[in-house]
Amino acid sequence: MHVSYLDQYLDLDSVVHRLDGRAKLLATIAFVLACTLTPAGRWAAFAALALLWVVIAALARVPHGLLLRRGLVALPFALAAITLLFTRPGVPWWTLAIGPWRLSISDAGVIAFVSVMLKSWLSVLMALLLTATTSYPALMQALRQVGTPTLLVAIISFLYRYLFVLADEAQRLLRAREARSARPAGVRAGGSIAWRARVAGGLVGNLFLRSYARSERIYQAMVSRGYRGELRTLARGRFGRGDAIALLGFLLVLGAIEGMTVLGWL
Amino acid sequence: MYGGILSGALAPALKPAAMHIPDGFLSLPVLIVCWAFSVLAIGVALRRTNAQLGERQAPLMGVLAAFIFAGQMINFQVAGGTSGHLIGAALATVLLGPWAAMLIMTAVVAVQALFFQDGGLIALGANILFMAVAAPLVSYWIVQLLQRFNRWLAAGVAAWASVVVAALGVSVALALSGTVALGIVLPAMLAVHALIGIGEALITAGALAFIAASRPDLLALRPAAAAADRWPLAGLAIALFVALLSPLASSAPDGLERVAEDLGFGERALGPFYAIIPDYAFPGIAAPALATIVAGVVGTLLIFAATWMLARYMQRRRQPAETH
Repeated sequence: MHVSYLDQYLDLDSVVHRLDGRAKLLATIAFVLACTLTPAGRWAAFAALALLWVVIAALARVPHGLLLRRGLVALPFALAAITLLFTRPGVPWWTLAIGPWRLSISDAGVIAFVSVMLKSWLSVLMALLLTATTSYPALMQALRQVGTPTLLVAIISFLYRYLFVLADEAQRLLRAREARSARPAGVRAGGSIAWRARVAGGLVGNLFLRSYARSERIYQAMVSRGYRGELRTLARGRFGRGDAIALLGFLLVLGAIEGMTVLGWL
Repeated sequence: MYGGILSGALAPALKPAAMHIPDGFLSLPVLIVCWAFSVLAIGVALRRTNAQLGERQAPLMGVLAAFIFAGQMINFQVAGGTSGHLIGAALATVLLGPWAAMLIMTAVVAVQALFFQDGGLIALGANILFMAVAAPLVSYWIVQLLQRFNRWLAAGVAAWASVVVAALGVSVALALSGTVALGIVLPAMLAVHALIGIGEALITAGALAFIAASRPDLLALRPAAAAADRWPLAGLAIALFVALLSPLASSAPDGLERVAEDLGFGERALGPFYAIIPDYAFPGIAAPALATIVAGVVGTLLIFAATWMLARYMQRRRQPAETH
């Protein structure tokens, strides 16, 4: 397993890639906020936000196809929002008869449901663009610079650094279990569910012991290199005039879209 | 190339819980309240762990956060292609205490949102509140309460409750935002997560039994809760409770009914879903209550069926990736 999965497009170079992490982080949060604030059923506003995303993605020269597909991650959650179709009072569109019951889909329900899905899809797309154009250290630095507690950022940094190491460790444990779990054809094997769960628990316990031992070694290695409770990074990247202009321009466009929505022009 | 392996291994392991709220599902007031309490809790947790662990905290908690994340990959077969797996809030709480567990789970939830798009960026405040603050807190209390009887039972019950409490929080937040109908989603979410919680309980107890057998000294690692520790915990809990309930109380009976009343839908206020039979004859209180129960059951069944089909579909798609 390798980090490169998340960093596929980081080697590309574009205006967006070169922007300071803070500018991109703040712009993304502003975009997501704008999506949240856009009232349901304002299709023109959603179209404008989508167009904004398309423009930024084109500037970043990141292939759209993969982002659009990975943007569907929130889809399972749509199951919960689907209840909106039936519960919003409104003019019934279509009625489904199940035995004595009738489920009818109302127009208000459809508008609410489609709006929620659009909001979440657009938000995910912009978040994907952020991670596709910002390196991990740059994002961590941006988080720290916008005021996230240093210790929390340090924990997130360590998590990311060792996630792939420990995920490999977990894969090895799973493979070992697989190798020892013979399943003769036609014979029920594998014990009860509770037993299987305990075995899985054993794997987790094992993984914990290995992780704990590893954290001790890491700590000692850090101490021997002069660690005294403070993580130092080379100062990298400054928030230049270009970053300020880009962020301001983006916020202005967003503000214009939201303003026009409020005034009813979109 | 690696993406297939990673998403194949990590993503489905997290998905069945359907707990990470994406952006767009929560309204602004709900988001603000959730962020406020999350920030408060993290602030307290940072101060506490700083006092307890000192300079060791960054590598220790960072690597253990990676452990929880990787541990979520470990699953076991239940039935019909579904599998149980670990979420880890209770395990982290038993191993390291509630404050360190909060930071660890916060880091896990944050990385899931930032790098895996599992949960939204501004919905992160809510996801942290339910999965990284409420779940460890509830686990901690239950362990404190029950461990004098039997510590495996205490850990198991705590693990089960941590999952159910997070599901409860997610349902209420979604309902307060007007994204779902509470009457349908709450019973469905609680039913599904009451089952998922059993898997969590078994794995957590199994993991602790393993650790107790091989390194009993590590189970004493958890700093004993000083008396002073309980006050902020209790305060936070009361605050959480009030935060969750206050919008409910203020807009009683409930947002949806209120809208319906304002729009003058009157008796058929609960919408087409509840209009069970045209000549429905039961008058008075019994009818809406029954309708709600029926709606809840139907909703549960619908979501069960949909989740099951989704799980089957994902299982089938993962099949080729699993032959390594």
